[in-house]
Amino acid sequence: MKLKWLMAVFIAVLPVQAFGVDVQRVESDKGIVAWLVEDHSNPVVAIRFAFLGGSELDPVGKKGLANLAASTMDEGAGEMDSQMFQQTLTDQSITLRFEAGYDRFSGRIKTLTENLDRSAELMNLALTQPRFDQEPVARLKSQIISGIRSSSERPGKIAYNALYQTMFDGHGYAHDSDGTVETVEAITQDDLKAFVRTRLGRENLIIGVTGDVTAEQLKVILDQAFGNLPGQPAFQHQPHTQAKVSGKLEVIERDIPQSTIVFGQAGLKRQDPDYYAVLVMNHILGGGSFTSRLYDEVREKRGLAYSVGTGNYPMALAGVLIGSAATENARVAETVDVIRTEWARMANGDITEAELTSAKNYVMGSFPLTLTSTDTIARVLVSMQINDLGLEYLDRRKTYIGAVSRDDVNRVARTLLKPDALDIIIVGRPAGIVSKP
Amino acid sequence: MRTFIVSLFLSAVLLVASHARAEGVFNPHTFTLKNGMEVVVLPNHRAPVVLHMVWYKVGSAEEPAGKSGIAHVLEHLMFKGTPKHPDGEFSTRIAEYGGQENAFTSLDYTGYYQTVASDQLDMVMELEADRMTNLVLSEEDVRTELAVVLEERNSRIETKPAARLREQSNQKLYPKDHPYGRPIIGWRDELEQLTREDALAFYKDYYAPDNAILVVAGDVTVERVKALAEQHYGPKKPSGLAPRQSLLIDAKIEGGETVLADPRVKQASWSDNIIQPSLTNGHATRVAALEILSEILGGGGTSRLYRALVIEQPLAVSVGTYYDSGQRGDGRFVFYASPLPGVELDDLKTAVYAEADKLLAAGLGQDELARVKKRMQAEAVFSRDSLKTGAWAIGGALAQGHTIEDVEKWPDRISAVTAKDVLDALKAVMDEPKRTTAKLLPQQGASQ
Repeated sequence: MKLKWLMAVFIAVLPVQAFGVDVQRVESDKGIVAWLVEDHSNPVVAIRFAFLGGSELDPVGKKGLANLAASTMDEGAGEMDSQMFQQTLTDQSITLRFEAGYDRFSGRIKTLTENLDRSAELMNLALTQPRFDQEPVARLKSQIISGIRSSSERPGKIAYNALYQTMFDGHGYAHDSDGTVETVEAITQDDLKAFVRTRLGRENLIIGVTGDVTAEQLKVILDQAFGNLPGQPAFQHQPHTQAKVSGKLEVIERDIPQSTIVFGQAGLKRQDPDYYAVLVMNHILGGGSFTSRLYDEVREKRGLAYSVGTGNYPMALAGVLIGSAATENARVAETVDVIRTEWARMANGDITEAELTSAKNYVMGSFPLTLTSTDTIARVLVSMQINDLGLEYLDRRKTYIGAVSRDDVNRVARTLLKPDALDIIIVGRPAGIVSKP
Repeated sequence: MRTFIVSLFLSAVLLVASHARAEGVFNPHTFTLKNGMEVVVLPNHRAPVVLHMVWYKVGSAEEPAGKSGIAHVLEHLMFKGTPKHPDGEFSTRIAEYGGQENAFTSLDYTGYYQTVASDQLDMVMELEADRMTNLVLSEEDVRTELAVVLEERNSRIETKPAARLREQSNQKLYPKDHPYGRPIIGWRDELEQLTREDALAFYKDYYAPDNAILVVAGDVTVERVKALAEQHYGPKKPSGLAPRQSLLIDAKIEGGETVLADPRVKQASWSDNIIQPSLTNGHATRVAALEILSEILGGGGTSRLYRALVIEQPLAVSVGTYYDSGQRGDGRFVFYASPLPGVELDDLKTAVYAEADKLLAAGLGQDELARVKKRMQAEAVFSRDSLKTGAWAIGGALAQGHTIEDVEKWPDRISAVTAKDVLDALKAVMDEPKRTTAKLLPQQGASQ
């Protein structure tokens, strides 16, 4: 009761703050497009970019290819060997990195304004003339393999890998972006060269820039960094897919006092018209850090876990709704019961007006708080383009969320959440629980 | 999730934050309320956002004997409620505005923070000031939260061989009963015995305006912070707490090697932990020289150790160093490495020290020193790029008994360091008898 009253008060005083960030579309002479937010308060520039198509395209037997490319493209390029390239970056305080996700091969630069030109040159070398010399490739392979081995017994890693395997068997999403010891070992210099040749083109490139640079200056930088990439990349995107849900419960035995529990089913993609409704629904169910239904029931009321939560992860080809918790082996059964109960309660579509309002307020209000560094703004500019959200998105986002109704959330919950088909993976030695296929 | 335990993070931030041009790094505005509460304001108008933090000058080092973990448990309990804002309303209200919040406990301090739209500063300050003195706890709250913390201990320590090793090895680095000699999260058997009264006693002893620092960073003016701070924190009565005890205890440490072998370990690793001065008890030049030494020897992919052990010889998949300079007690210089398959940890250790010897014997070139200094200076510019960095660096420094000047004038100290200072620092590290070794090994069969 008390809670409801408070919420009514909050709505009345909810701030209306314009975001006030001016997003510009910049196109270079060679037709490279970037979205830019100028900020001249500090002599720093952040560039984030992404080539569409990530590790899910790694060939069978060479899983981990995109990740190894990301780790080695900055280890020597053009005339510079690995140490010379790295030393140049270090001496100029330039951050230049690549990263492979399921759907994107991303890169970033962060530099002092005075070294922006040099950064663009170095990035261009890494993108177009990476050397993939034997020594750095062998070195990075051994580091990646060491990382795969170290994490292979981490309960969370085991559990998530098993869940993705279950949900995406036969699809690129079933595999960890890192690959396995065997597949990483199998990758050759030719594979890496082919990766760069076929996957990185101007047509699948998206760029976001923030910081101490003007649109005119940026045009030159864009051509320096990306102007001579091939136009069209030479690969086929994979078809869209759907997470398989079977309602299986799998126990992976490990001799540890606490079990890690992950659970999931199909979620929504970013382009889905119900995307904002699922954001709001997830916040109520398990998305809120200290305020969700799962947080209240699992942690606050029963002290079953330190962390519990859910998230809707919209990948390019499929969306998933995944949650996790960790609790001592003796209390796993109780925890799973509570999670299932909450899943079912949500699926019944009974959210209250107060829950809806606070969730919408949170989802509206939390987003701008992250835009406090050049990096994070540049990253959002990339996502906005990939998801076709428009230059005005930062200002319009509130309206989109504001439009979500209680019926929308209840409808999405009813169609999306299937308590009986929830896949659950438990890593540990949970008392009184046996696997169910 | 709520609460994290701070160990190395802050000194890394301090390092990042500490190198800048002569005009200072963050240029904060400071004042003190009549009740002794220190206030730091870092205006930054990039986005209509504000970070509000309160740091208490109390950490796990202040815990009474047998009550390990109480500082961190209290930090969890601070979210339960007050007469004015009961039943977890603290978090509900912040979430209502999309705000982000959390809290943290370290050896030397406990902190609470919220990131909110800048026009919500009044709201979060009212909430934070309220719980500084009005916390109410039920037996049920404490019982449930202790279960949560035991699960946190499971997640952080019991299920992680490397963390169990750190906990065991730490026992040999600090004498028995040293305030740093217990884990921040607490020993399991002591945690299980903690009570509501323990939490409230600790709260009463240490949570007061004259033992706290307010840091506000973001889209605000100094005048506004001053007015709000006087309104919300100003009426709080000072506790007249005695100055903190020195943590420098000259007792004999056990030292030596700790080995943990576990079937779940798939990558071996080694570290040497060496007691060194901190900013509290060390000469400023020595501290700065140790920072530079750590960069030169083990700071990233172009460092001396990485080149020698990962690229040239190669014996390791990773190697590095770090230096904890911020602590109130002694600081710590650490070497660490993970071997390539087939390489023995002792051979790895020998190779690491061979590189250190090489630096001692051949000396440090002016060019290498100058390049490292330049890079550190550039970090100051990057550190101003985010709202958080300055607030964390300054809050942490003050909470550990240092001054704003320690942060702001650090660049000058870095530029004053000579090659000889760095070599002297290295020699001190090599000769220091207070040291421990930790080895993590894979093991077939049952765990130790």
